[in-house]
Amino acid sequence: MDLDDTPEQAAYRAQARSWLEEHKPEAPVLNGPGALEDEDQILAARRAWQGKLAEAGLAGVTWPKEYGGQGLGPIEQVLCNQEIARAKVPGILDTIGVGMLGPTIIAHGSEEQKTRYLGAMLHGDEVWCQLFSEPAAGSDLAAVQTRARREEDGSWRLSGQKVWTTNAQFASYGLLLARTDADVPKHKGLTMFVVPMDAEGVTIRGLRQISGEAEFNEVFFDDVAIDADAVVGGVGNGWGTGLTTLMFERVTIGLGGEGMGYNSTRFAAAIAGDEHARRDPEVRHQLGEISSELLAVRFTGYRTLTALQKGQIPGPEAGLAKVTIVSGAIKAGDLIADVLGPDTLLEDNEWSYMISFLPGLKSAGGTEEILRNTIGERVLGLPPEPRLDKGIPFSELRSKEKAAV
Amino acid sequence: MNLALSDEQVFLREAARGALSRFKTLEGAREALDGNADALPDLWPTAKEAGWTGMLLDESHGGAGLDAFDAMLVLSECGRVLAGIALLGHLPATAILNDAPGGAPMLAELASGEKRAAYLPVSPPDDLSDTWSVDAARGLARPAAPLATASGEGQASVTGELAFVPDAPGAEVLVGVAILDGKPVGVAIEGDASGVAVEALTRYDSTRSLGHVSLKDAPATLLDTPVEALAGAWYLAQALIAAESLGSVETALDVSVAYAKERFTFGRAIGSYQAVKHSLTEVLRQLENGRSLLYYAGWARGGGPGEFPLAASAARSVAGRALDTAARTMISVHGGIGATWEHDAPLYFRRAQLSRRLLGGTAKATDRVAGELILQADAA
Repeated sequence: MDLDDTPEQAAYRAQARSWLEEHKPEAPVLNGPGALEDEDQILAARRAWQGKLAEAGLAGVTWPKEYGGQGLGPIEQVLCNQEIARAKVPGILDTIGVGMLGPTIIAHGSEEQKTRYLGAMLHGDEVWCQLFSEPAAGSDLAAVQTRARREEDGSWRLSGQKVWTTNAQFASYGLLLARTDADVPKHKGLTMFVVPMDAEGVTIRGLRQISGEAEFNEVFFDDVAIDADAVVGGVGNGWGTGLTTLMFERVTIGLGGEGMGYNSTRFAAAIAGDEHARRDPEVRHQLGEISSELLAVRFTGYRTLTALQKGQIPGPEAGLAKVTIVSGAIKAGDLIADVLGPDTLLEDNEWSYMISFLPGLKSAGGTEEILRNTIGERVLGLPPEPRLDKGIPFSELRSKEKAAV
Repeated sequence: MNLALSDEQVFLREAARGALSRFKTLEGAREALDGNADALPDLWPTAKEAGWTGMLLDESHGGAGLDAFDAMLVLSECGRVLAGIALLGHLPATAILNDAPGGAPMLAELASGEKRAAYLPVSPPDDLSDTWSVDAARGLARPAAPLATASGEGQASVTGELAFVPDAPGAEVLVGVAILDGKPVGVAIEGDASGVAVEALTRYDSTRSLGHVSLKDAPATLLDTPVEALAGAWYLAQALIAAESLGSVETALDVSVAYAKERFTFGRAIGSYQAVKHSLTEVLRQLENGRSLLYYAGWARGGGPGEFPLAASAARSVAGRALDTAARTMISVHGGIGATWEHDAPLYFRRAQLSRRLLGGTAKATDRVAGELILQADAA
């Protein structure tokens, strides 16, 4: 049992560290003195920086070499993330593309798609977004209603709405899950597409949240024309293709948990700074409970890494770590604001944004309730809840649902 | 990075599970509650035979020189079947003796299990107080550690009271911390020495042997164990009771899940209802968090001693709450039958109720987590 690098890992780490030390002056400054302020400048600088990281082999570490990656394992990806954090420079801009969508294309895409899209994605020349969730299809993702209708020439027409789309406002492409056949059960009639975000009929609107900021977008598709060769993984295979993306999403979240800044060290420092709070038994008790769980998640992450190192793939139980992080951070935000008072809620306060962001994060990547269902069924082997949508053509579902109420 | 069991550790765990499965520990626990203490199996011979008694003593002392994490694995197996085995008292005591460079009494006999030690739990100072303190017989007071007076070369006489000491009755040697000239010092006191009185008792959980220990000018051998190791014994005890508790959580969860699959209401297995499913996944969540913290504590004792107080206290905090949750969930998932005498659930509930109040209690460990993090923040 150890937390040490193997000699190979240590060598990789040293190599990453020396490159970052040498090139740190070229990294965009996003916080503190001299920080870039103009949104377009920030975007351009971060794309350029992603390109440099990719050239240096510090982006897409797990991607195969033939697509510009390093062909290394998830451990090296983590070492790379750690060194980027240590150097206090921004990571890549397009974590969703490089972490989830690129690997999906690598697994399911055609050779033409891989050649056309992967290089530009990895270098930040073309940013991608994930077009899965809809207003009525989140945790129940297979309920997507966005329709793709096939034309006589084999091309497609796309209509519908997507939501919670990070980076859509500057993305070049999106990976989109659409219904192509409503007359079969809902998991069967789905197809995955590559959609150019500048196509005619695509409308992108910022979606403001509790903080007032818009981290996400709604994306509307009004009879958008899509080429025949935009299908990824075959017509009618969209659900299986999408599961691959979600598997990489779990890995990405599992390997990046600490990066969200929701950790005991930071929370304890806020309490330690108040002479009264640090001696108050109730405050200490709450801090102790929250921190114990967040420390546990750090070591759950190390256990996950050990499993990855042995070639095992993290299962849905890794999702429990997300439940712990989010609920722990919510409690920590409440505790810190109770201690420090209403000024904590000022817009530019360190904690205000976190407090506003967390209620939504609870449902990100599937609600906590659906996560507990999945874990109860896949990990504990408990029987599934009876459901009304099994084996029923999607087109008949709505009337069945209404009859059941 | 390697946070996984080695082949040897898997073997140790399986061997412990096999050895303990030969005894009717749960039946014994229930009968003992009815007044038949003889029904509790004597597991000490098993501990001797398996080499658990000498786990934390170096090979030069006749022990196996294993790590704290190995001991946690064994304690987890004990917790799974509520085995009443005196390791919670014995192992931290042997750790203090092992870390005395100038030598300590009875090492070979303690390693072989021919003799048994009990740890006198003394809690180290924290960020709010520089006092070494002990559990009181009642209330929230934290009485000071026993006082030692030098009585000759390497000898002292010790006076003090310690309440609810695990495995104290019948121990041939009591090992802990006393205050000599204002400084903490390791002491070893023979169980039958003059001035030593151990009042044997049980509370609610028949499987735990406890004792109120009274020392009046009791003759003690002074140990030159470094102060970090004296404090370390307290944290080792925290980690061990955490491991033991998580073993109990494993069983409580397994039994509850099995029942939720086979019990039907309104035409469905109850485990298909979200209310039941989610409460069981909550037990799993707390169990997994606890397991991760056992790795943290196991790693820290050797690999990052400065973090051992934090790691062991966090493990105790999470494991203690996990056992409370698991025991109550076990009862409620089983419905009314889970609250009946014949069922095993009440035995796990009794274990949970007592465990959370021993060795400073779960709450004290939780407070220690906050204290350690505040000290870290001050140092940063």
